[in-house]
Amino acid sequence: MTDVLGELLMRDSLDHCVKCTICETFCPVSNVTPLFPGPKYVGPQAERYRSDDAPSPDESLDYCSGCGICTQVCPQGVHVAEINTQARAKLRERTGFKLRDRLIARPTVAGALGTPVAPLANWALGNPVLRLALEKTIGLHRNAPMPIYAGRTFQRWARRRDPVTAERRVAFFHGCGTNYYEPRLGEMTVALLEHNGIAVEIPKQGCCGLPLQSNGMFDDARAYVHRLAASLAPYARAGVDIVGTSTSCTLMLKREALEILGLGDDPELRIVSERIYDICEYLLALHDRGELRDDFKPVPETVVYHAPCQQQGHGIGKPAIELLALIPELTVHESRANCCGVAGTYGLKAEKYQIAMDVGAGLFRQVADTASDRSVCDSETCRWQIAKATDVPSVHPVEMLYRASGLG
Amino acid sequence: MNDVIVVGAGVAGLTAAVRLAESGARVLVLAKGVGATHLSAGTIDVLGYAPERVASPREALGPFIAGHPEHPYARVGVEGIEAALGWFTARLPYVGSLDENLLLPTAVGVPRPSAVVPETMAAGDLRGGGDPVAVVGFRASKDFHPALMADGLTRLAGVPARALVCSALPEDRVDANGLAFARAFEDAAFRERVVTEVAGQLRAGERVAFPAVLGVTRPVWAEVAERLGRPVFEVPTLPPSVPGMRVFGALRDALRRAGGRLRLNNVVVGAERSGARVSALRVRVGLREETLRADWFVLASGGVASGGIALDSRWRVHETALGVPVHGAPDGERFSPDYFASHPMSTVGVAVDGELRPLGDGGERWADNVLVAGATLAGAVPWKEKSGDGISLATGFAAAGLVLGKPTKEVVA
Repeated sequence: MTDVLGELLMRDSLDHCVKCTICETFCPVSNVTPLFPGPKYVGPQAERYRSDDAPSPDESLDYCSGCGICTQVCPQGVHVAEINTQARAKLRERTGFKLRDRLIARPTVAGALGTPVAPLANWALGNPVLRLALEKTIGLHRNAPMPIYAGRTFQRWARRRDPVTAERRVAFFHGCGTNYYEPRLGEMTVALLEHNGIAVEIPKQGCCGLPLQSNGMFDDARAYVHRLAASLAPYARAGVDIVGTSTSCTLMLKREALEILGLGDDPELRIVSERIYDICEYLLALHDRGELRDDFKPVPETVVYHAPCQQQGHGIGKPAIELLALIPELTVHESRANCCGVAGTYGLKAEKYQIAMDVGAGLFRQVADTASDRSVCDSETCRWQIAKATDVPSVHPVEMLYRASGLG
Repeated sequence: MNDVIVVGAGVAGLTAAVRLAESGARVLVLAKGVGATHLSAGTIDVLGYAPERVASPREALGPFIAGHPEHPYARVGVEGIEAALGWFTARLPYVGSLDENLLLPTAVGVPRPSAVVPETMAAGDLRGGGDPVAVVGFRASKDFHPALMADGLTRLAGVPARALVCSALPEDRVDANGLAFARAFEDAAFRERVVTEVAGQLRAGERVAFPAVLGVTRPVWAEVAERLGRPVFEVPTLPPSVPGMRVFGALRDALRRAGGRLRLNNVVVGAERSGARVSALRVRVGLREETLRADWFVLASGGVASGGIALDSRWRVHETALGVPVHGAPDGERFSPDYFASHPMSTVGVAVDGELRPLGDGGERWADNVLVAGATLAGAVPWKEKSGDGISLATGFAAAGLVLGKPTKEVVA
């Protein structure tokens, strides 16, 4: 399977490129900066000149944000973004990894270090002088959106709760963002699922390795994926569906780690990848079968819903839009942007911060122009970026459904 | 649940999907990627050659259909084509009708017959000659050469023309393709520079041709024409086609507004049957396969160029999504020695009955709830007939009508 995923579907897919330029018309990064010449040039064209024993002919691929829109719109099935992510990793192996990239690629380390000293960590990350110093020393942009430590972990809450038992069960893959920064989202997810008669199991879990993958540290990313897959696989093997609230991390286990890291022959990852669902994908499937409680209460608000690039990478449309449409009196404006710019860790970097802000500019304007009470988005790093840029709170779709279900 | 699943996101698929969604149906569009709109000229060519150049599609279509009973147009009729054009021009800023073809210049100055065209192109009409043309190009543009077009206009269309080379350059663009210029034109300062430079060089009585780059999402054609004080028209260029992007954007937005859904990177790999009907499609989504159900299915996945029809190395032809039988594969000579001739292979596709239902190998109806539209259909040679987007629009519109219980030939807008 590695061979099929690694060669036939991935690198060799560049031979299907007919140079139609459709990807170029959708690329959000090349639209705002000349530093990235576009997915066709950097992807299928430059890849012909990259080999294991020769350096990349140029380093512009470092400016690919990895949003993956090029792969989604390609009518020929070329894995443009995946080819570029693999090539970027090879480039980094040659040039070495920056200290900054090593730090931001390990959310579990940052989370575990900051949580016990949350007030101090939050003060430091909000302090302009320290942030300027961080920018000057390691290249983390002074204005880049930073999450706020909750000072407690979701795992700790999970260990102390009284689980509901029910015939239907799911395993909840909450990810690092929920664990360290947004434990309330995890609690709301559990409450919403239980409200619908579903028992929720919360396995012990670590990072999915996506930030490591994005920053080119493939070996470390593989180790993370193996560990996480091992902790989730027993559920999948027992026929229990796995649902995730972090849509990018869920996509990592569903597809990206197999394709980009070449882990298609890991049996535990394979069984997890077959049984894992984005939470909105799962809830909409319930709704389609008539099994979702849809006696929603009115939420008289106006929101902009933004489907993050990584959510679109699932290829499942925009299930959150359909779920939000079930809530009475909720006005939902759909974002026209394909990406908010931050693309995980891309927009945190000093040299890329402005590019990320320019990519998201249209979305930020839309949030302001529609006088939204909040924006709604499936990915945590995007929520932090949108909230920071707009000063309008940004929430996961689950939070809207939780409120509409009368749970809080 | 879905009322209708449409396979393909080109003009045929999106037209069917928008019409269905606007009529209240729950529509899901599945596509491997974005369709051929981005590669098209953006004009709706109904019938340009039959085989001589067609002046009035309305007059030519009757005899053409009579002489080509297997052609997609024979399935929808002149009324069906007209209804589809009316629907389209009510939604997009296009002009023209079945009554007469315009003759628009290509980027090399060759007159090309087209029935319904973007309003931004109409002033390029070469019928009866018309005013001399100043062809504006950009020094940095590699995709549009004004001297070449001016020469073609003069020699081939008999319209006096000359080239004006503008020095304005989009800032911060690596690749000075049409898209880069179109994005630059959305900036008022860039427009100002171009207008100022061009206005000073125009002669009395000239109309002005620009490559089709006058804005992507906000066409600025009207403003440029007003500022220059004379007719201005866009000329389609090499991909990425900005007029094609506008068509895709308009139909996608209409689908979104009507509550229809679009899923990209979804590859339909087969159909599940239940008696005379198809009950579901098997769809490859990432590494997984999903089974998606619907009451109706519209197959608009394109022809050979889009991968909707595939020809393998053993000369076997098949339809790639549902596995519908393909008709018209020749036993003998497949291609003519003359490159520009009608090749026996070129009419290969899915054959349908009068209600766009696909036919099996024996000519029987293959499924009751599947309709076929666009380039997947057998019987046309669109690049010779100049009929491609006309067929896609008319059959996509008709497929939606049949699902809605409004048979094509009786519908008027």
